[in-house]
Amino acid sequence: MPKHGGPKGALPKPKDTKRTVKRLLTYIGKEKWLLAGMIIFVVLSSVAGVCASIFLQPLIDDLLSNIAGKEFSFALFKPVLKYLQIMAVVFIIGVVASYGKAKCSVFLTARILNTLRKELFNSVADLPISFYDSRPNGEIMSRFTNDVESLRAFLSQGLTQLISSAITIIGSFVFMIYYGKALTVLVIIMVAVMIFITKTLGEKSAYFFKRQQQELGSVNGYIEEIIEGQKVVKVFNHEEEVKEHFSEINEELRKASTGANTFASILMPLMGNLTHVNYAIAASFGAVIAIKGFFGMHMTAGSLVTFLQYSRNFSQPITQVSQQFNNAIMAIAGAERIFEYLDEKAETDEGYVTLVNAKEVNGNITECKEHTGTWAWKHTHTSDGSITYKKLEGLVEFENVTFSYDGKKTVLHDVSLYAKPSQKIAFVGSTGAGKTTITNLINRFYEISDGKIRYDGINIQKIKKEDLRRSLGMVLQDTHLFTGTIEDNIRYGNLDATKEQIVQAAKLANAHEFITALPDGYDTILTGDGSNLSQGQRQLLSIARAAVADPPVLILDEATSSIDTRTEKLIEQGMDKLMAGRTVFVIAHRLSTVRNANAIMVLEHGKIIERGDHDDLISQQGRYYQLYTGQFELS
Amino acid sequence: MFKLLKYAKKYSIYAFICPFLMVGEVIFELLIPQVMASIVNIISSPDVAQASLETIFKLGVRMLTYALCSLFCGSLAARLASVAGMGFGADVRSALIKQVQSFSFSSIDKFSTASLITRMTTDVNTIQNTFLMLIRGLFRAPIQLVSALVICITISKRISSVFAVVLPLIVIILAIGAPIALKRYKIMLKKFDSFNASIQENLMNIRVVKAFVRTDYEKEKFKNSNDDLTASAIHAEKLIILGEPLLMLVMFTTIMVIVLVSAKAITLMEISVGDFTAVFSYVMQILMSFLFTIAMIAQLFMSEASAKRVQEVLNETSDITDPENPITEVKDGSVEFKNVSFSYGKGKNIIKNASFKIESGEMIGIMGATGSSKSSLVQLIPRLYDTSEGEVLVGGVNVKEYNLHSLRDAVSMVLQKNVLFSGTIADNLRWGNKDATDEELIKACEIADAHQFIASFPDGYNTDLGQGGVNVSGGQKQRLCIARALLKNPKILILDDSTSAVDTATDAKIRSGLRNSMPDTTKIIIAQRVSSISDCDKIIILDNGKINDIGTHEELLERNEIYKDIYSAQQNGSDDFDEIGGDD
Repeated sequence: MPKHGGPKGALPKPKDTKRTVKRLLTYIGKEKWLLAGMIIFVVLSSVAGVCASIFLQPLIDDLLSNIAGKEFSFALFKPVLKYLQIMAVVFIIGVVASYGKAKCSVFLTARILNTLRKELFNSVADLPISFYDSRPNGEIMSRFTNDVESLRAFLSQGLTQLISSAITIIGSFVFMIYYGKALTVLVIIMVAVMIFITKTLGEKSAYFFKRQQQELGSVNGYIEEIIEGQKVVKVFNHEEEVKEHFSEINEELRKASTGANTFASILMPLMGNLTHVNYAIAASFGAVIAIKGFFGMHMTAGSLVTFLQYSRNFSQPITQVSQQFNNAIMAIAGAERIFEYLDEKAETDEGYVTLVNAKEVNGNITECKEHTGTWAWKHTHTSDGSITYKKLEGLVEFENVTFSYDGKKTVLHDVSLYAKPSQKIAFVGSTGAGKTTITNLINRFYEISDGKIRYDGINIQKIKKEDLRRSLGMVLQDTHLFTGTIEDNIRYGNLDATKEQIVQAAKLANAHEFITALPDGYDTILTGDGSNLSQGQRQLLSIARAAVADPPVLILDEATSSIDTRTEKLIEQGMDKLMAGRTVFVIAHRLSTVRNANAIMVLEHGKIIERGDHDDLISQQGRYYQLYTGQFELS
Repeated sequence: MFKLLKYAKKYSIYAFICPFLMVGEVIFELLIPQVMASIVNIISSPDVAQASLETIFKLGVRMLTYALCSLFCGSLAARLASVAGMGFGADVRSALIKQVQSFSFSSIDKFSTASLITRMTTDVNTIQNTFLMLIRGLFRAPIQLVSALVICITISKRISSVFAVVLPLIVIILAIGAPIALKRYKIMLKKFDSFNASIQENLMNIRVVKAFVRTDYEKEKFKNSNDDLTASAIHAEKLIILGEPLLMLVMFTTIMVIVLVSAKAITLMEISVGDFTAVFSYVMQILMSFLFTIAMIAQLFMSEASAKRVQEVLNETSDITDPENPITEVKDGSVEFKNVSFSYGKGKNIIKNASFKIESGEMIGIMGATGSSKSSLVQLIPRLYDTSEGEVLVGGVNVKEYNLHSLRDAVSMVLQKNVLFSGTIADNLRWGNKDATDEELIKACEIADAHQFIASFPDGYNTDLGQGGVNVSGGQKQRLCIARALLKNPKILILDDSTSAVDTATDAKIRSGLRNSMPDTTKIIIAQRVSSISDCDKIIILDNGKINDIGTHEELLERNEIYKDIYSAQQNGSDDFDEIGGDD
């Protein structure tokens, strides 16, 4: 049971099978040679398989019957040996072809999946933040896991099996009719009955499998939830209720999976014995025809045996095809879901103003290659191709900004504000007031609906997104770290940073002390989102990460989680050092941050309702005053 | 694996009948080629024209009967096997959840949540499938193998001797190939795990990736791990795909050798042409059932690890159990610690010789740095863990003398890492008291200052929380958890850092609510903020597992260094301006 379930239960069904198959075929078609090789090998191995049974007839009719009871001599054996030589050749071709087929299939599958996964990741990575907002991570993961897996299942086995089964069925059918013309009607009835049974049983078992998946999902979900909360269960003496509820859903699962398994496992004996029934009927009729003839047609013993041999081999490919049919549908549905993401519109960027290293000589800004600590906006004018440079200062202005996530509900109304270089702007207000939204507009995680945001006087829509974001540092409330060493994690802020720069940043963030106290120091490997560190230590690292990026403008979302007083103090000092000399937008939760801000914006329902510094706002005795004195609650 | 079979008891009759049906199926199946051989013998004899149609029809009917019997046995066996197999799985799962419900906190810690979940889902599935395979195949495949071999030997010893070479050859091929393939496969699975983890990490950290403009860097990282995964998949598959052609080679060689040997035997009139055809149809059956037998043994070995993990859970005995003649009535809410020391497992003591007394109805604050064992201390009161030394008294009686259920009913605790469950708000609240009326729910929520926001939801108390209570904010969740604990109407209420995400004003409101509406209940509050406990009757200062001081806010401010430090740090502006966005 894969962990990242998409929508639980319901077997996925493709919406537009034709288009998806076509598109999938272009991926398969890209591996022309492998595909061609595979088809040739499949045909060869199937033909060899079919031929293997043909040898039986002349062997029995002519060779073996002739030698029965005769004296042993080389001459007598010669035809048999000659015949065996031909057989050996065919067999060897069969073996080689079967290996070639499998090998082609392995490479074909691996390459197609590699390409698809790569395209999927690249496409997803380029999507705007709004895409991630609207779906849980599990759903996106499920495309990488479940959907790619169902494609793999089909490509690696289904494709070759489908081709070889088709060849086997058609080949056997042709030979059966060839050897047993008189039994044609019987053969056709036989096939029809088999297809009918496979189909009926298949539908039944699909129904139960679907239910089984649903029940399994709910049992596993319940187990996960209860085990996660096991301590709460104990504290509340809730053990009996858990057992009771679990036995109910467990019973449902038992029923569904019993049904699913019954139908799945009945198919084998049913098809197998149906073959025997056919065998018996065909043998009887065949024998009669062999003896008495049938409308002038006769059968030899050899052709009857060969005929029966084919009829035995007949049910297997039919069962296989029916099983592969389900796999194919799942694979197409999976491919469709993958393609859906490939077709999502990537984050657009029409910006042309770029950020470059600069030198200031006699008040003139010139571009240079090396890192100088000074940055400039390089503005290539579209009209005449001339280039102007403007020094990066960190002035940010909002002019009548209006924004809505969905185009319906406006979350920011006509917001205007500015932050001069090195100023600190604090946002306060309740959940949903629009604090985080404002910060997400500055770095263009979202595009504003109306109004203008300017950075050093340049409309941010004209700035190349990556350059805009490079000029903005971010410390988010939830500290997300990556698997890797502490050093790697800090370096994430600036890939070219030297070890000294990293240590320096860590020192600035007050992280150096705890890092060096770890046995492996900066080489300590963080796993699973840095869970081997405390919450506070992780925050210190994320401050160091922002510090090493050394951005002129900083966006901070202060954490609210409870951290012990000592670490809290360290974080506070680190934050203060990081903020020094930079333009800062901060979603504030700490009193000291708010007090030190140059301006405080009190937000409510997407509007700035009060603004000013701490003393101003206190004297206004408005909402900020209420918040400050704890008279007003925000939830 | 076999130790778990006791959970299959309910289905033993099915499991018992099943093999017999399987044997029936196999025997009938095996008889069919024999009848076939008779038919071939008749029609391939030179005097075929004289053969009687009646004989042939008789043979046909016999064959048909065998096939139908085999069908009946096979289908019924499939049904019974499914019933027994799935029933077995369900019973093991059920036994596991029952067992875990009886676990003490230290058992839960010992296994860890993630590993318990794996044991109850993935491992049980593996065992269930193995069991199913065993009841269906344990007798079937070997019987098929042996009987087909026996028939072949009775037909011709000379031809059968071929198998004496072929079968060991297969074993050798598998014995060499399988372990290598398995090893490569395991490497691939491991790669696959870390591949998934890295995608997941990227999705979780997407804002960081975008903010630092590291999309290309991440793409490169992904490309490497993707190529790596592809390479190891090919590496593993390359070996596995050798299997089929190799077996084909063995089979074809066997057929050729049999033809050669048979030709000789036919000239010597040792066997008839009909016998030869029969042997021919057994070749496949022998090889296949042989392979299946080997696969089954391998699967049995592989599922052994899962069985062991499940067994471990089932064998874990709770170290905290009811005493012989338990006391079921908790007299009052007084708490006393007498020289209590405590350690997790055999580790070093993290609570050292703690002694103090709390009168019934008092409000007590507990403070101390992270790691000073505040949570460990209070968890001894409802006997979530047992002390290593000394005793804990509740209502004047050692907690070990109470019936656990009664003790925990009287001691209500809001854990630091608290959890809400899927269901409505009302469902969750009723965990505290399943018979609570709507009025009682509202009253508890008013004390916990949760009523207002609940009432503001469109569905009010019937709002669905989703799994893990994802639809409410941190502060709201904490208040719901407090209300849930209040509904138990406890004699002792313990709040373990339960208002950290709630603003100071609300925090104060909740405390005064507790004080006024439950005067007889002993209230024990662990907090990081001085403001959360400053009005308590007594404050206990914990330092590194030792009771450092006990006193009122004023007393401690006067004489206690630790308390003074914390207090001044929080006064100097680092106190949470928490109402602002406290509920983010």
